[in-house]
Amino acid sequence: MKNNVIEVSDVYRYYGEVLAVDGVTLTVHKGETLGLIGHNGAGKSTLFKMMLGLIRPSSGEIHINGTPVHGGAFRELRRLIGYLPENVVFYDNLTGLETLQFFAALKGCDKGKCLPLLEKVGLAHAATRRVDGYSKGMRQRLGFAQALLGKPRILFLDEPTTGLDPEGIREFYLILKELNEQGVTVVITSHILSEIQERVQRLAVMKSGKLHALGTVQELREAVDLPLVIRVRLQGAPELLLSNLQGIAIEMPLMDGPDAVIRCHRAQKMDILRRLTMLGDAVSDVIVREPSLEDVFLGYSELTT
Amino acid sequence: MIEIGQIKVIAAKEFRDRIRNRWVIAVAVIFTLFALAIAYFGSAQQGEVGFHSIEVTIASLVSLVIYLIPLIALILGYDVIVGERERGSLDLLLSMPITRLELLLGKFLGLSAALASATLAGFGLVGLLLAYQIDIGALYHYAGFMASAILLGMVFLSLAVMVSVMSKDRARASGAAIAVWFLFVLVYDLTLLGALVLSGGSFGEELFPLLLLLNPADIFRILNIFSMEDIKVLYGLATVFPASLSNPWLLGSMMVAWIVMPLTVALWRFK
Repeated sequence: MKNNVIEVSDVYRYYGEVLAVDGVTLTVHKGETLGLIGHNGAGKSTLFKMMLGLIRPSSGEIHINGTPVHGGAFRELRRLIGYLPENVVFYDNLTGLETLQFFAALKGCDKGKCLPLLEKVGLAHAATRRVDGYSKGMRQRLGFAQALLGKPRILFLDEPTTGLDPEGIREFYLILKELNEQGVTVVITSHILSEIQERVQRLAVMKSGKLHALGTVQELREAVDLPLVIRVRLQGAPELLLSNLQGIAIEMPLMDGPDAVIRCHRAQKMDILRRLTMLGDAVSDVIVREPSLEDVFLGYSELTT
Repeated sequence: MIEIGQIKVIAAKEFRDRIRNRWVIAVAVIFTLFALAIAYFGSAQQGEVGFHSIEVTIASLVSLVIYLIPLIALILGYDVIVGERERGSLDLLLSMPITRLELLLGKFLGLSAALASATLAGFGLVGLLLAYQIDIGALYHYAGFMASAILLGMVFLSLAVMVSVMSKDRARASGAAIAVWFLFVLVYDLTLLGALVLSGGSFGEELFPLLLLLNPADIFRILNIFSMEDIKVLYGLATVFPASLSNPWLLGSMMVAWIVMPLTVALWRFK
């Protein structure tokens, strides 16, 4: 398919006896943002590096734009790719601008674009300062600028927001959104799941080298079927509520001050909400909380342990 | 297909790094001071001070350089790959449109340029000071000494790159680099000497010169000593080393082989 930018087909990777990636098949579509999550040692960085062509699969194939990542066309492919490694430390002796110019020269792109890129990531003021004086956040911004060299069509970002302050994180995702709208495909890993769940179209969950789950956040939620939490602000005595919900919710509602906290399955949600409205003025507010991505992710982990 | 441009980019960056952190100037100053001291005070033990003979000077310089340059080259090169790996920048470099061969060659050539500049500047300066006291033939010898010193540096840089590729971390790499230095500069010759003494001098009359050729430091010594008649006798080399093997082109080729081999191993192990 023309729309498939990255195609991982039945990929295995051994380190000696250890099977780090265990038969992963995965497709990333054009213009999509895919979140790759998993515990340390789940095989996600190995998969990441294989997609980048840094290490070879023991078996299976990886194609980018229909071309094998290890084939003779690797130079052309890599000019399409931007990569931000986790915790990269640049060369202390070079200034920010020189660092970018060095990588621009390797990528064969216009050095004149380096300064505007530094401006874009908010580093223009430090362009001529040596990198060893940079803060962690500034290094991360420099790394991001580096990944954006040569207008890449595919971005691989490994824990891109580590070390950034909230303002930096916000700016980072603004740039990412802008790129997404231009059709750039993004593969991103993060430990901070709440941060990426609003920003990725699909999630790939790695567990023990296997692709454990793949889908939109909503699909994953539904597949795991974690309980929703409904918080009800009551005006009167709780007995009325309790008799009304008899036999529907998973367990009897817990009282938390004036609020009743109900845990229920997704399938029960509408039924419970309908019954709540029948209580009329006795209920003054209702908040439905979906399980967070952490819950979903942990749910996936628990299902297999 | 090798892209020369990529090698140049890497080499230029390495070279500029060493200029900027004043490595080149520092090493050049060390070379200048040592060479000056040797040229003017080298014959102090004979009760004289001042410059005497270029041949004695070169012989003394050779004895110094044979320890100093391998050490400096190994220190310069041991972290060239393992350091990038520890910093996390190696993956980034390898994600660029560059092959591992180009990366290794670029690193090696950049560091070689730095070491060669320091060697040329340091010893060249002294050569200029000596130039008005010596004749053309002696200058030619001195130029040969500098060229072979550069080759010697490149051999040990190549070994350093190999060590760097094969080491898990910087600490192990520095340990291995020092081991390489001890092996080629001290242990190897002492072992050969020991074998000679123990066997009462009968140990491999044919083999001995060939064994010397297996050590780049010894090749460097032979290359410089053998071209000068007086010194050759002084060193006693004339008796053990056949003239047929002392062709400078043969010795030079052996040095080049010593540059190519470790780099080849490095490329093979660089995964």
